Parts: sequence; C-alpha cells; structure tokens
Amino acid sequence: MTQATAEGSADERLARRDPLRRLLVRPEFGALIGAVALFVLFSVTADAFLQTSSFSNVLYSASTFGIMAVGVSLLMIGGEFDLSAGVMVISSALVASLVSFQLTLNVWAGVAISLVVTLALGVLNGVLYVWTRLPSFIVTLATFLMLAGANLGVTKAVTGNVASDSIGDMDGFQSAKGLFASEVGIGGVNVKVTVFWWIGFTAVATWILLRTRAGNWIFAVGGNADSARAVGVPVARTKIALFAGVAFCAWFSGMHLLFAFPAIQSGEGIGNEFFYIICAVIGGCLLTGGYGSAIGAAIGAFIYGMVNQGIVYAGWNPDWFRFFLGAALLAATVLNHVVRRRAER
Amino acid sequence: MTALVKLTGVGKGYGSVIALRDVSLEVGAGEVVCVLGDNGAGKSTLIKIVAGLHRHDTGTYEVDGRPVAFASPRDALDLGIATVYQDLAVVPLMPVWRNFFLGSEKRKGLGRLDVDLMRRTTRDELLAMGIDLRDVDQPIGTLSGGERQCVAIARAVYFGAKVLVLDEPTAALGVKQAGVVLRYIVQARERGLGVVFITHNPHHAYPVGDRFLILNRGRPIGYHAKDEITREELTALMAGGAELEQLAHELQATGTTAAARELNEDARELGITDDD
Ligand SMILES: Nc1ncnc2c1ncn2[C@@H]1O[C@H](COP(=O)(O)OP(=O)(O)OP(=O)(O)O)[C@@H](O)[C@H]1O
Ligand SMILES: [Mg+2]
Repeated sequence: MTQATAEGSADERLARRDPLRRLLVRPEFGALIGAVALFVLFSVTADAFLQTSSFSNVLYSASTFGIMAVGVSLLMIGGEFDLSAGVMVISSALVASLVSFQLTLNVWAGVAISLVVTLALGVLNGVLYVWTRLPSFIVTLATFLMLAGANLGVTKAVTGNVASDSIGDMDGFQSAKGLFASEVGIGGVNVKVTVFWWIGFTAVATWILLRTRAGNWIFAVGGNADSARAVGVPVARTKIALFAGVAFCAWFSGMHLLFAFPAIQSGEGIGNEFFYIICAVIGGCLLTGGYGSAIGAAIGAFIYGMVNQGIVYAGWNPDWFRFFLGAALLAATVLNHVVRRRAER
Repeated sequence: MTALVKLTGVGKGYGSVIALRDVSLEVGAGEVVCVLGDNGAGKSTLIKIVAGLHRHDTGTYEVDGRPVAFASPRDALDLGIATVYQDLAVVPLMPVWRNFFLGSEKRKGLGRLDVDLMRRTTRDELLAMGIDLRDVDQPIGTLSGGERQCVAIARAVYFGAKVLVLDEPTAALGVKQAGVVLRYIVQARERGLGVVFITHNPHHAYPVGDRFLILNRGRPIGYHAKDEITREELTALMAGGAELEQLAHELQATGTTAAARELNEDARELGITDDD
C-alpha cells in the first residue's frame, strides 16, 4: 500500500517502461538471443566446439569479418551501403605489397602508402555519392566492378601473375606482422591479434556512436537526412567520413591478409561485402538507416564465426555454411522486427 | 537601427514553378513580423530562404545590414537565426534529447557529449512549455504531433540567439500549448529578438504581431503595420473574402439556407459586401 503511494508520486505513465523492456528494444537484442542459441546448439552437437583452441578459431573467423562489420555497420546506420568493401580489402593489400616489392621499400612504407590510397578510395566513394546523388548501392556497385577489374589488371601487368609476390623476407615484415597478424598466448591458448583489434574497433565505434557529436550526426543522416541538414548537421561531410571509415577497416583487413598469408590472390574478396552487411543486419542495423549498433554488428560477426567453424566441428558438410548463415539472417531479422514492434507498443 | 533580417525583392522558383516573387520583409530587434497566406502561397518557401535551407534566385537578403547567401542552415544558425520548420525537422528514431540538441550538441572535454546536461536541459525547457515528458530518452517519433511541435519550438527558442523563425508553430497545438507559444513569441520580443511568425490563423497573428505580410500565390498583397490594419481587415485579406461569399451563394442554391445565412453574416462582419 505504502509502496503504491510512493510510486504514485512519480509519473504514473512511466510504469510501462521497465528495465526488461529497455533491454528488449536494444538493437542487438535479437542477435544476442541468436548467438546464445547457436552457441548452445554447437556445444551440444559438436564435442570439439567447446575446446579453447576451437573457440579461438571461432573468434578468429569472427574477427576478420567483425573488423569490416564495424565500418560497414556505421555506414549502414548512416543510411548507406558500400558494395566495394570486399574487393577494397584486396586492393589495399595489393597496393602495399606491389609498392613495397617493386620499389624495394621497407614494408612499412608500403603499409602507409596503402593507407593513403585506400582512404582515398573511400573518400572517392563518398564524394561520388554526394555529387551524383545516386543511391550508394549504384555508386559503390560501380566502384566494386572497377576495383575488381583493376585488382586483376594491375597485378597481372606488374607481376605477370594473378598473385602478388611474397614480401616475407623484406625489411619491416616481422614488425608489421606483429601488429597485424601475430598470435597472443593467453592461458595456454593462442589467440589471433585480430580478435583484440576487433574488440578495440567495436569499443571505439560504440563510443563514437553513443558519446560523441559525430555519432549523433551518423544516426541523424541515416534517420532523416533532410531534417539533419535543416538543423545544421553537415550531411555530406558525415557521409563521406563514413565511407572513409569503411575504407580504413578495409585497409586494416588488407594488412592482416598481407602479413598472414604468403601472397595475395588478386581475384579474391568478391562477395565478402555481403557477409559484412549480413553481420550488421543480424546485429540489428536497419537496412533503411538511422538505427543499429556496433556491438550488434560484433555479435553478428560472432554468429558468422560460430556458424563458419561450428559446422566443421560438428562434422557437417561445409557446403551447407551459406544455408545456415541465410537461416540465421532470416531468424535474427524477423526476431528483431517482432521484438521491437512488441516492445515499442 | 539596421534590421536584423531584411529581404528586398526576393524571388524563388522550383524548376518551372515560381513559388515566390518580389517579396520584401524587414525584422528589427524586438519586433514580430507575421506572414499570412493560403496554402501554397509561398510562406514556407520564404522562411526556408531566411533559414538558409534554400538560396533565393533574385533580390537581396541582408543580415545586420550585410548581404548574405547562405550555403546551409548551419550558416544561418551561426548568425543566431533559429527556425521551426513546418515539417518539424526531427529524426523520428532518435531520442527526444538528441533531437533537441542535434546539430548544436553540448560537449565537455575530449569531444565527449555532455549527456547529463543535455537530458536535463531538454526536460526543463519542455517543462517550461507545459510539456511533462515521461522520458526524454524515448524516440521522438513516439511523441504526439503536438508534443513533437513543442520540442521543435523549445529547441528554436533555446538556440535562437537573435532571430526566431516559426512556420505554423501553433497548427497542431491544443489551446493551452498554443497560448504558451504565443506567450513565448511575446517574451522573445521583449528580450529583443526578432520573430518571423507564420500562421493561417489571424486570431493568433493579430495579438502578437507588429507587422503583417500577406502573401497570395507567391506575391505580397499587403504589408501593414499593426496600427494600419484591424483584425477584421486582416482576416478579410487573408480569407480572400470573395471566395467566402461565393460559397454562400452556392450553398443557397442547393437549399442549405441556414448555413448560407451564417456565411453571409460572416462575410458582412468581415466587411465584404456584394457591391464591394
Ligand atoms: N521543393 C519544391 N519543389 C517544387 N515545388 C515546390 C517545392 N516546395 C514548394 N513548392 C511549391 O511552391 C509553392 C509554395 O509552397 P510553400 O510550401 O512555400 O507554401 P506555403 O505557403 O507554406 O503553404 P502551406 O500553408 O500549405 O504550408 C507551392 O505551389 C508548392 O507546390
Ligand atoms: Mg508552409
């Protein structure tokens, strides 16, 4: 009785929004449920899944896509797509490799030049989008095709081969490998360094989204670009920066490939852009923009990693990987949709 | 004294549509200028020019005596011109407080948003308008139309350093909130701000306005100081009295005489007669 009167002094309309509801309306909630369900499924069906070494593989697989999903999810919250993200990773690795090898430079110089070139590609995507006012889907489809062609054409012209030359014995290779492709031992298990970068990138992106002015602008340009412009948000600058953010992630992923594998195959990367988008969407980012989270995208990437590796550990035919990923995508998005609709009522 | 905002012979077209032609307007400090006119008269177009959202094609636009051509609303905001747009310019999925401060975020060191200050300010400013929000964290799209309008107005009042531009701010509001908005306009004038107030409702415009600009199909058909015009004349100018009378005739012809008589009386009260 006294309890009721004490609460009555607060706004009586507030009672409808309890903490559970708040959790339910988080963008990543559906993905979290999905991740837990898949984790349980694979733990039960695949004996090897719970071994720390297997789990480290799951995390590695998740991290390589998760790093890209960070940039892609921010861009998607900002209302745009980047279909060139997959091949841009390869472009970035090729630039660093070809430049270092052909000019016999320290590989760090190649890494730096690759950063500049890749960021320029991202800015180009953004500027083309702003100038043409075409949907980013079309603009980046064009740059995707151009980059895919250029990757092959330039590599063949320079090396006479479809792959880049190995730069493994060049100056600076070992130190760069330490940064981009090493392993860290934790309690007897080797964890790939990309896992820590993935977590770091996700944390930084989350901070930007929720606690900085830039984050406010990202949500606003994706949610309603005209309104954002009317209240003084620099819409064009924000969108260009988001494309550059994807390019930065592509550069980082490209450097990982360069230092983790002996050679870069110039025809690879095609199709990966959809996996990045899938990670973001499973993680609760709205395709129409203005809603989502970087943590959600990380959970999406974790789901990707679990499905990717879990199928192998469960002894199922890996040909079914895409089938499971598609099912996970469908389930997560439907769940997101239903949960949000119910929670908002 | 130079006017805060001065438009001279301003025109604007959208492709082949000429939305505004040869409009002049002056707002001084401590002055309320009301812009009235029918739907499609060009009122919103006019204020979008003032707000920096569109650039004028012809004429000149001066702020503090200096000619300007704004590239974006940011430029206008930086000169202290804040606007409530008719479509409110909010991002539905974002929380109320983020919308309130969108484009003018408050920050503490290292680029961090000062979230507590912004939440508190939003709540306080809305409370001052008589809107007691349950939760400033709810998406603004879940507020009622009138509540959303109040957020847009409170935001402009909070950021409008010199000039406040309001496009039909009272349209979706209840009696109490409309009264609050009108009082805000008077308060803004007393604080020495210039106000451009757009409305369909002469009963809202007349009590607070110092000058009245009436637009019809993109052209000015009257620009009067308050002592040159009565409320009735203003209403008549606006309503295009002739059309009201025409409706009365049509209703009479179809036999709804009671309604027709009422309309006739209205027309007479407004000072429009057959032999006008
Ligand atoms: N972006 C645009 N493109 C083309 N025509 C437009 C555009 N915006 C407005 N117009 C046209 O310009 C004219 C004036 O429109 P405006 O919105 O300024 O009218 P208004 O006086 O604000 O009307 P209301 O009272 O209904 O708000 C209208 O004929 C409208 O169709
Ligand atoms: Mg209008």
